[in-house]
Amino acid sequence: MYLYDEIDQRLVDERVRQFRGQTERFLAGQLSEEEFRALRLRNGLYIQRYAPMLRIAIPYGLLSTRQLRKLSDIARRYDRSYGHFSTRQNLQLNWPKLEQVPEILAELATVQMHAIQTSGNSFRNVTTDHFAGVARDELVDSYVWCEIIRQWSTFHPEFSFLPRKFKIALNGAKADRAAVAVHDIGLHAVRDEAGELGFRVLVGGGLGRTPIIGVCIREFLPWPHLLTYLEAILRVYNRYGRRDNIHKARIKILVKERGADKFRDEVEAEWAHLKDGPATLIREEIDRVAARFTRPAYQPLSDIDLGGVNVPGFANWLKRNVYPHKVPGYAAVTLSLKKTGVPPGDVTSEQMDAIADLADRYSYGELRVSHEQNLVLADVRQADLVAVWREARALGLATPNLGLLTNIISCPGGDFCALANAKSIPVAEAIQRRFDDLDYLHDIGELDLNISGCMNACGHHHVGHIGILGVDKNGEEWYQIEIGGNQGEIRPGLKAALGKVIGPSFARAEVPEVIERLIDCYLAHRDSDAERFIDVVNRIGIAPFKEHVYANADQRPSRRQRDHALA
Amino acid sequence: MPTLIKGRRVVSETTPSPEQGEVLRLEPTDDPAAAAERLARVARVEVHFPKFGDGRGFSIGRLLRERYGYQGELRAVGHITRDHLFFLESCGFDAFELRDGEDPHAALAAFADFSDSYQASPKRPLPLFRRRLA
Repeated sequence: MYLYDEIDQRLVDERVRQFRGQTERFLAGQLSEEEFRALRLRNGLYIQRYAPMLRIAIPYGLLSTRQLRKLSDIARRYDRSYGHFSTRQNLQLNWPKLEQVPEILAELATVQMHAIQTSGNSFRNVTTDHFAGVARDELVDSYVWCEIIRQWSTFHPEFSFLPRKFKIALNGAKADRAAVAVHDIGLHAVRDEAGELGFRVLVGGGLGRTPIIGVCIREFLPWPHLLTYLEAILRVYNRYGRRDNIHKARIKILVKERGADKFRDEVEAEWAHLKDGPATLIREEIDRVAARFTRPAYQPLSDIDLGGVNVPGFANWLKRNVYPHKVPGYAAVTLSLKKTGVPPGDVTSEQMDAIADLADRYSYGELRVSHEQNLVLADVRQADLVAVWREARALGLATPNLGLLTNIISCPGGDFCALANAKSIPVAEAIQRRFDDLDYLHDIGELDLNISGCMNACGHHHVGHIGILGVDKNGEEWYQIEIGGNQGEIRPGLKAALGKVIGPSFARAEVPEVIERLIDCYLAHRDSDAERFIDVVNRIGIAPFKEHVYANADQRPSRRQRDHALA
Repeated sequence: MPTLIKGRRVVSETTPSPEQGEVLRLEPTDDPAAAAERLARVARVEVHFPKFGDGRGFSIGRLLRERYGYQGELRAVGHITRDHLFFLESCGFDAFELRDGEDPHAALAAFADFSDSYQASPKRPLPLFRRRLA
């Protein structure tokens, strides 16, 4: 954990006071709806379908057990005893009362937490690899760099009223587990020939209604220039990004309209003025931030072979939910929040408390939120894995499905969200029920399935190997299916990609059947167990899948129902 | 009546005398580079913020101060509420014409919304990390 110093804490406390004042002015009629909207949004407060929704920041997904217990406590006292972990590694409360939000923020501030810039047209939570600091392929501890960006982007006076929201992701390992190519700015740590650290800078990626893969505007930005270069990009965006149409206001549209080369030239011209200025980073600051992070005091251990552990169920979990650690004798464990029947990413207060206990006993009192909406205990002794598995299973957090079809990313959808065209959670559940045979699931192999309830794409459907999008047709919920998306270059050679729509959409009840047909087609075409669904899509294209899914579609009852609905 | 805050005090408007020069008004789409030549001869610069959430003027303010060396009065006009004041001041503005209905005396408190900021600004030329290490 990064531990606040006195100034970090003071700024968060001052924010609580400021927001309390803004809420009071709104309730007293001194701020208009529109004004308060812009102010409350930049503090993560939405007015949703049934109630306000408060999004609490979990910077780069890193959480201490003290903080998790506070979240549990807040959910219990101010909400309905549960929360939802989002793809931005944050936590959302679905039922807080507007008047109580200042109180909630004050409580959060006592554990160095806040809801600053979790929504609105501002910098959002900077996200990273959930295995940062422990992965074997790591070049640099991305948390340090994320914290530096967090501070730079917090209450930035020049960039507090951007054309639209702004998301930065930073990846510090060889494999891209942070989906950097689908962010407004994606930073990928690289080393030059002399071994110096720098960043490859991607810009203009994003999902939403105009999904685009980011373009690289700088192959190697030496680390001291990180903030001045970001400042140059943001200044170009702040001045020239479109403000006339909310759907064209993201930086990706500016990059697209200008062309990547022209955009790069403008950034470089701006940067020429800022380069080597006072915001240029220095080694002492990197060291200072690094030193404020608590790190586990690892014991000298050796790796142990758990292959021989003869406990039914353990082997599957070990294979799927346990990740190798750079320190011998340790492993990173993913606690799955994808149990069938539970909305993906949801946890109860009771579970939060139990998870905090687990993390205290087995993982140095820290945990991470992954953008796939699971929780990670990053520093578990291998000798404790069987015990952790037993306890996690008892809590319903040991579904051995990481990387598999039922580890579904899903937005809250029409059950909660005012923007959604369709529900997501029941679709996720129906698919999980259809694929409840673990052996079959493991045989299908690695597959990302993502669901969004509308084209805002909070469920990242464009980058699922299979993506499902809820659409509205004449007031009815329909679902469009894409295949071939990929969140990032987790394995060498398979780059970030956007899925392609296979054809006309389906009724909700049809979706599990369609997924099954896609899987059947994949299994019939794969050349070995090693060839994954996404590999087959890339090799043979979407046509065979399309054919297989839509064959005899006319005779399906749901098709007639749709024709009727559209008539 | 819009009200004016200048030098962190509520003041009444004064019309500049001819020898003080004219008032230069910049819209969010204007490029301050084009006005750079005239800056030494104007009575003040007004930057227009047409909407509550339109943040282009913040960049214009910083550019005027930091790149074009403007030292005179820099006034934010338009849809300005107390919620903008701290950020505006950090971007080099020193005069603020509040939108109708905004209580200027209450708004003065907003300058103290935050006691520090992470970023450099014309007011505080070193970012916090440089000052922390000093």
